[in-house]
Amino acid sequence: MYFTGIDIGSTCAKLAVMDEEKRLILKHVQPTGWSSVDTAASIYDRMKSRGIDLEESVCVATGYGRISVPYADKTVTEITCHGKGAVWIHDCKTGMVIDIGGQDTKVIRLENGQVKDFVMNDKCSAGTGRFLEVMANSMALSPDQLCALAASGGGVTISSMCTVFAESEVISLIGRGEKRENIAYAVAESIVNKVVSLASRLSTGEGPVCLTGGLCECDYIRKILGEKLRCGVIASPEGRYAGAIGAALTAAEYGMRKRGK
Amino acid sequence: MEIIKDLPEVFQEFAEQRRNSFLAVKKIKEEGIPVVGAYCTYFPQEIAMAAGAATVGLCSTSDETIGEAEKDLPRNLCPLIKSSYGFAKTDKCPFFYFSDVVVGETTCDGKKKMYEYMSEFKDVFLMELPNTQGEEALKLWKSEVIRFKEYLEEKFQTEITEEKLREAVKLQNAVRRSMKSLYQVMKHDPAPVKGYDLFKVLYGSTFKFNKEVIPAEMEAIAKKIEEEYAAGKMEEKRPRILITGCPIGGATEKVIAAVEDNGGIVTAFENCTGAKTYDRLVDEDAEDIYQAIAERYLSVGCSVMAPNPNRFELLGRMIEEYKIDGVVEMTLSACHTYNLETRKVRKFVTEEKHIPYMSVETDYSREDIGQLNTRIAAFLEML
Ligand code: SF4
Ligand code: SF4
Repeated sequence: MYFTGIDIGSTCAKLAVMDEEKRLILKHVQPTGWSSVDTAASIYDRMKSRGIDLEESVCVATGYGRISVPYADKTVTEITCHGKGAVWIHDCKTGMVIDIGGQDTKVIRLENGQVKDFVMNDKCSAGTGRFLEVMANSMALSPDQLCALAASGGGVTISSMCTVFAESEVISLIGRGEKRENIAYAVAESIVNKVVSLASRLSTGEGPVCLTGGLCECDYIRKILGEKLRCGVIASPEGRYAGAIGAALTAAEYGMRKRGK
Repeated sequence: MEIIKDLPEVFQEFAEQRRNSFLAVKKIKEEGIPVVGAYCTYFPQEIAMAAGAATVGLCSTSDETIGEAEKDLPRNLCPLIKSSYGFAKTDKCPFFYFSDVVVGETTCDGKKKMYEYMSEFKDVFLMELPNTQGEEALKLWKSEVIRFKEYLEEKFQTEITEEKLREAVKLQNAVRRSMKSLYQVMKHDPAPVKGYDLFKVLYGSTFKFNKEVIPAEMEAIAKKIEEEYAAGKMEEKRPRILITGCPIGGATEKVIAAVEDNGGIVTAFENCTGAKTYDRLVDEDAEDIYQAIAERYLSVGCSVMAPNPNRFELLGRMIEEYKIDGVVEMTLSACHTYNLETRKVRKFVTEEKHIPYMSVETDYSREDIGQLNTRIAAFLEML
């Protein structure tokens, strides 16, 4: 019996497969592309080629494309899955999870391994991976390169929260001959400030802050996030798969419950 | 009164009531009955009723005319205001078109400024609503109620006698009682019907011009629901949600749908489509009926009041009575008073009532339906 979790996000689709002992035996990430349905199909093929028989597994889908996974036994929101995934990855039952996703940024408060409260950004993309991507693009950098550069910059700020206006601010900074690292610094500041203001809407509580999602491996973001929140921020390379891992864990619970019946 | 139709049919009829009343309002006008249009729960209906007028709610609920409205109004304004102004200006709302006068109150800043512009092309009677609920405020509000009475007498060449007014108060109280008896069926756990179906009746009934028939009709629907419940017809047991915040209707019904599509059930509405409008009665036996009317209306617990204790009193009571598992607050984007008050509501719900709370900010578009569903589903998974 396998427990599979599929997280179809706006930019990337993630897969996590666990065995009966809840060991992570397969993880995989690929761009979501235009069609979540096609992505779901290609993940299906991938699992098959790795010898994972879907007849022999319980599958839970999450993420904004969760409804496009025809072979899923159940769908669960990414909030619940990120919460569960973070508990598993960091072995911490009480704390805060910050997930900077492609389109959404969410802040989740965990208590005793359960989601206690959460906030998500509103329609606008400030403070999301999308914002970073747009800015990086206009500077001809990859998001990772931008984050790395930001560490050595300073002195510049972007005042606009709106992605469209912020992009034109960035372009005019480039035009003025501002150093790339300073612009990168300003972009990172802007994202993190927005995330921090989102987090401040949740009541503060105990426990560490775990950074999950696509930016979890970006040390600089993690560092300034910690400075602004005045606490340590932990992250793990598996953080990118938190949603999929949470979905796999949900599949395990679901499978057990069904079997118990 | 006996309801012969099945409940689903009744609910469907109410869902279509607003549109069906478009024809009714024309007929009323042809019969020579004046029409008074209003936008808000603070509007003292009894005065217009005593003047022999029909009353109708004008709040617009679709984004159809927002583009038109934005030619005159700023974009970052509450969609209810923009849409209402847009429908008025483009003459697309038959209720507005047939209204002899539109009554506005100085509630939020956006609305009162909008009325200024609206009065350029329509008769608008603006009542000065205080932002507080103390004694001085009540004095002012009572004088405004009397000024409104005098205005209508003059406008419709009629006399609002004490007798007519008391009759109107009795009728409106009977309507309130019956609406309350209807929504109280949701105290049952599991709930007898879907919150969305109840909502259709609550909302649709405000577009019935013949108020005399409402009490019997509501009581009959309530009775039928109770009977079916006793016979074992009910909804599955699901997390019980109270919806609070800005008025809901039309486009924003997406919030109710999101709760019920994702495994919850809405058992109470603490907003202007629900309990806020019906909870309190006017004291029928008061010596000074104007005083009683003024008191009743000024006590509505809307976020335009500062402070706003009555909202919390009602909210707290409903959380208990309806055995609420979680509170969802819907605010409209750029509605400052409600958006500001979310902090206090969150604190009240989570720290005093010890149940989860979430707020969602939305507008009249359909763009955010995906995100709305995710958030509300996550909230329900948490319960
Ligand atoms: S929410 Fe307040 S301003 Fe709006 S209709 Fe209700 S009472 Fe009036
Ligand atoms: S929803 Fe808020 S901003 Fe809009 S009209 Fe009502 S009180 Fe005013």
